[in-house]
Amino acid sequence: MLPLLAAVAVGFVPGRQRRVIRGITIGASGLSLLCALIAFLSFEIDGELKFETKVLWVESLGLYFHLAADGINIGIILMGAIVAFAAACCANDITHRVKEFHILLNVMIGGILGAFASMDLFFFYFFHELALVPTFIMIGVWGRGANRNYATYKITLYLSLGALLALIGLIGVYVQTGAESFSIPDLIDKVGKKPINEAAQQWIFPLLLFGFGILVSLWPFHTWAPLGYGAAPTATAMLHAGVLKKFGLYGLIRVAIPMAPVGAQSWLGVLAWLALGNLLYCGLVAVRQKDLNLLIGNSSVAHMGFIFLGIASLNVIGLTGAVLVMIAHGLLAALAFGLSGHLYRQTGSLDMSRMGGLLRQMPLAGSALLMALFAGCGLPGFANFAGEITIFFAAWAAGLKTITVIAAWSAFVIGGLYMMRAIRNILHGPRGDDWAKASDVNPLIATALGLLLAALLVFGFAPWLLTKGIEGEVTKIVRLAKPEAER
Amino acid sequence: MGDQLQFIQLEVMVVALGLLVLLADLFLSESARRSLGWVAAGALGLVFLLSFRESFVGLADGKAFGGIYRLDGLALFFKRFFLVTAIFVLIFAMDFASRLKGGVSEYLAFILFALSGMMFASSANDFSLLFVAIELITVTFYILVSFQRHRMHSLEAGVKYLILGAVSSAFLVYGIALVFGEAGSLKFDVIRAAHDGLLGSNVFLFGMLFVFAGLAFKISAFPFQVWAPDVYQGAPTPTTTFLAVGSKAAGFVLLIRLFGSVVPELTAQWTGMLMVVAALTILYGNLCALPQRNLKRLLAYSGIANAGYLLMGIVAQSESGDGTAAILYYLAGYLFTLVAAFMIINLLARDGEGEDISCLAGLGKRSPFLALTLTLAVVSLAGIPPLAGFFGKFLLVKSVTAKAFGDAGYFALLAVAVFGVVVSIYYYFRIIRTIYWSKDTPDNSPVAIAWPTRMVLGLCVAAILYLGLLPDKPINWANAAAKIETVAK
Repeated sequence: MLPLLAAVAVGFVPGRQRRVIRGITIGASGLSLLCALIAFLSFEIDGELKFETKVLWVESLGLYFHLAADGINIGIILMGAIVAFAAACCANDITHRVKEFHILLNVMIGGILGAFASMDLFFFYFFHELALVPTFIMIGVWGRGANRNYATYKITLYLSLGALLALIGLIGVYVQTGAESFSIPDLIDKVGKKPINEAAQQWIFPLLLFGFGILVSLWPFHTWAPLGYGAAPTATAMLHAGVLKKFGLYGLIRVAIPMAPVGAQSWLGVLAWLALGNLLYCGLVAVRQKDLNLLIGNSSVAHMGFIFLGIASLNVIGLTGAVLVMIAHGLLAALAFGLSGHLYRQTGSLDMSRMGGLLRQMPLAGSALLMALFAGCGLPGFANFAGEITIFFAAWAAGLKTITVIAAWSAFVIGGLYMMRAIRNILHGPRGDDWAKASDVNPLIATALGLLLAALLVFGFAPWLLTKGIEGEVTKIVRLAKPEAER
Repeated sequence: MGDQLQFIQLEVMVVALGLLVLLADLFLSESARRSLGWVAAGALGLVFLLSFRESFVGLADGKAFGGIYRLDGLALFFKRFFLVTAIFVLIFAMDFASRLKGGVSEYLAFILFALSGMMFASSANDFSLLFVAIELITVTFYILVSFQRHRMHSLEAGVKYLILGAVSSAFLVYGIALVFGEAGSLKFDVIRAAHDGLLGSNVFLFGMLFVFAGLAFKISAFPFQVWAPDVYQGAPTPTTTFLAVGSKAAGFVLLIRLFGSVVPELTAQWTGMLMVVAALTILYGNLCALPQRNLKRLLAYSGIANAGYLLMGIVAQSESGDGTAAILYYLAGYLFTLVAAFMIINLLARDGEGEDISCLAGLGKRSPFLALTLTLAVVSLAGIPPLAGFFGKFLLVKSVTAKAFGDAGYFALLAVAVFGVVVSIYYYFRIIRTIYWSKDTPDNSPVAIAWPTRMVLGLCVAAILYLGLLPDKPINWANAAAKIETVAK
C-alpha cells in the first residue's frame, strides 16, 4: 500500500524538485522492500494465511478488501519488492515530466504488489488493471524508438483483451460456485466440497488459460512482449517483464487449476505444446535479434515456456519449479532490462553489432550483464537453473516425454546460442565506436542491480528458502486438482 | 383528485418552473435574464431534494389516475436521475448561452419540458402515457436540436431528427394500436394479467415488435442508430448531452418496464433477437467510432456502443433483477462521464466549429485539471478500474455470465462485448494520447473555466471515483430500485 500513498505524496511535491520526488519514490519502495523482507524472514510455514488484512468492501456482492500472504505469494511479493526498488533506482533516466512519471511509477508498483497480495478475486483483477493505464501512458510519453505508438497500442490492447477474458472466467467461477464472496480461500473451500460442474469447467478453464496466457505472452499471443519492452522506459520494462507479467501465471496456479481441475485435465496437453512454442519459436527468434532489448524481450518470452511447462505437468515438483522460475525470472528480467536501459542511455542505441569491449569500458555493468546472460541460459548456481531443472524432472514424470526432450534441447542449446552470441558481441572483442564517452553505472544503480544479482544467487544456492513454503501450498492445489493422486 | 396530484407533484413543479421561465422572460431585463438559468438550476436542485421527502417517498408503490401512472423504486430512481441530468445541462446551457443567439429562456424552458416528459416516462404504466411522454420528449428535442438557427449543421441535424423521429413515432403508435387491438386495453396491468393468452397471438407479437423498434430508436440501437452521429454532431452541445444521457435513459426505463415487468416471458422468448441486436449495436458503434476525428461524432458512436452494452442488461433480465440493477448502475456512471466529456469538448471548441480531436492537443499543459478530468472520463468509458464505467460493465458482464452456462449464445454475446471493449480502448486511448503527447500544439494559452462549470466537473470526477471505488451503497440503491420492479409484476 505504501507506493500508492507515495503516489499521492509525489502529487503534492512541486514538479521542479526532482530530487525530492525521486527520494520519495525510492524511499517508499525501499520501505516496502524492507517490509517484504521482514515478512519473508518471519514467515512461518504452517499452511495458514499470514499478515491478513480483511475489510468488507461491497457487502451486496461479498467483495472483501483482503490482503494476505501464504507460501506461494510471499516469495513473489519479496521478488516484486526487490524489483520495484531496483526499478525506482533506475528511474533516474527520466529527464522530462519527472513528477508525472514518478506518480505513475508508484501507482504501478502499488498495483503490482497489491495484485499478488490480494486474496480476493475482484481485487486481484482490480490491482492488475490499476497497473495497466500507467503502463500505457509511460510507454507512450517516455518510451523510445520509432515504433513507440504502435508498441503502446499493441501492449495495451493485448493486455486488455487478456484481462477481459480472464475477468469473464473469474466471474464464471464466482457464479458457478454459488459462493457468497469473491475471496479465494472461500472459493477453494467451496470447490473442495462441491466441484463446479464439468461442462462449465470446460468453458471456464480455457477462458482463464487464454486470458491469463495472453497476459504472460503465451505463444502465439506473445508478439506484444518484445516490442512493448523494447519501447518502454527502463523502469517500466523492469517492472512489467519482471513482475506484472507473472500475474497471469500466478492466476493460473492460484485460480484456474484449483477451480476447474477437470477443464484443466483436458487443456493442459494443449498448454504443454504451446509452451513448447514459446521455448522453441521465441528462442529461435531471439537468436536472430540484433537489438539487445529485443533479444532480452524474446528470451524472456521463451522463458515463460518453462513456467507453462511446469504448470502443464500438474504435479507438486512441476508447480513448485514454476513458481521458482517465476521468481528467478522476475529478478533476471529486471536485471537485464536495467542493464540494457543503462547501455541505451550511455550510447543511444542497443544495436549489438555496434557494441563490443564492454567489459573493458565499464567493468561493473559488464560483469553484471555477463552474469545475467549466464543466468539466462541456465547456469547452475543461479535461481533459474534450480527452477528449470525441477520443471524438467516434473514434466518427465508427468509423461510429457517428447516435449521435455525438445524443450530441454531448445532451452540449453538455443538459449546458450543466443546468450553466448550476445556475450561475444557486447562484452568482448574490439571496443565499439559508440563507447568513447560511456561511463559505468553510478552507485545507486549499482546497488539496485547488485541487489537483484544477490537475490538471484541466494535463491540459486538456497532454493529451499522459497520451495518449503511453495511446496505446502502447491500440494494443496494438486490435491484439489487430482484428488485420486497419492500426493 | 387532490391526492392524485400528489403523485405527480415533481412533474407539476417542473412544468410550472418551465412556464415561469417563459413568463419571466417577458418582464426581465436583458441582464437579469442571464441569471435565469442559475435560478432554474437551483429550483431543480430544490425539486431534487423534495423527491427525498418522507411524505413523497411514502407514496412509492402507489398508482394514480386509474393505474396509468405508477410510482415505484424504479420510477423514483429515474426521476432523480433525470433531475440531476437536467441540472447539469442547465448549468451547461448557461455556459453555452452566448452562442445560442436565439432566446436563451426558451432554450431553458424546453429543457425543462423535455425533463417533465422524461419524468412522466419513468412512471408510465399505460401505453397512452408512454406515447405522450415519448412525444413530449421527442418534440421538444426537435426544437432543442435545431436551436442554433444560424448554423446549417444545427438545422440539418434538426431536420434529420425530425424525419427519423417521426418514422419511429409511427412505428410506436402502430405497434400500440396492434397491441390495443389484441389486448383490448392500453393498461400495462391488464396486459400483464392477460399475457398468457396474448403471447400466443401474432398480432400482439407484431405490436410489441413495433413498440420495441420505436424505443430502439430512442436508445439508438442497431438498426435504428443512423440518426445519432449527425444529430449529436450538429446539435448545440448541451442538447447533445441531454439527448445522449436523458433521452437514452428514458428509452431504457421504458424498455425495463415493458420487457422486465409487463411481459418478461416475451423477453425470454426473444432472447435470441435481443442478443443479436445488442451484439450488432456494440459492433457497429465501436467499429464506426474507430476512424472518427470529430469528438462529438466519436462520442455518438461510442454512445451507440454503450446502448449495446446496456441492452445486454435487458437480455440478462432475471428474477433477481441483476440485469436491471446493472443497467441502472451503468447509466448513473454514464451520466457523469458524458457530462464531463461534453463540457470539456465544449470549452475547448468554444469558438467556431472545431470539435476535431486535435483541439485536445497539449491540453495536458494548458489545463491539467481539464486534462485529468477528461482522462478519467474516457478511461471510465473504456471500462477500466477503479472508475464508474468499470463497475457498471462488471455488473453487466456478471449478469450475462450468470446466464451463460448452458447456452453458448450468451458466450457469443460476451465475446462480442469483449471485442467491442478492446476496440473501444483503442479510440478512447487515442484521446488520452492527444491530450498528453501530441507534438503539434497550435494553442498553448490556458483555458478559462467559469466556476459553476468547474464545480460540475469536480462533482463529476467525484462521482466517477465514488461509483468506482465505493460501490457498496450505490449497488444497494440500484438493487432496491430493481427489486421493487420485479416483485410488483
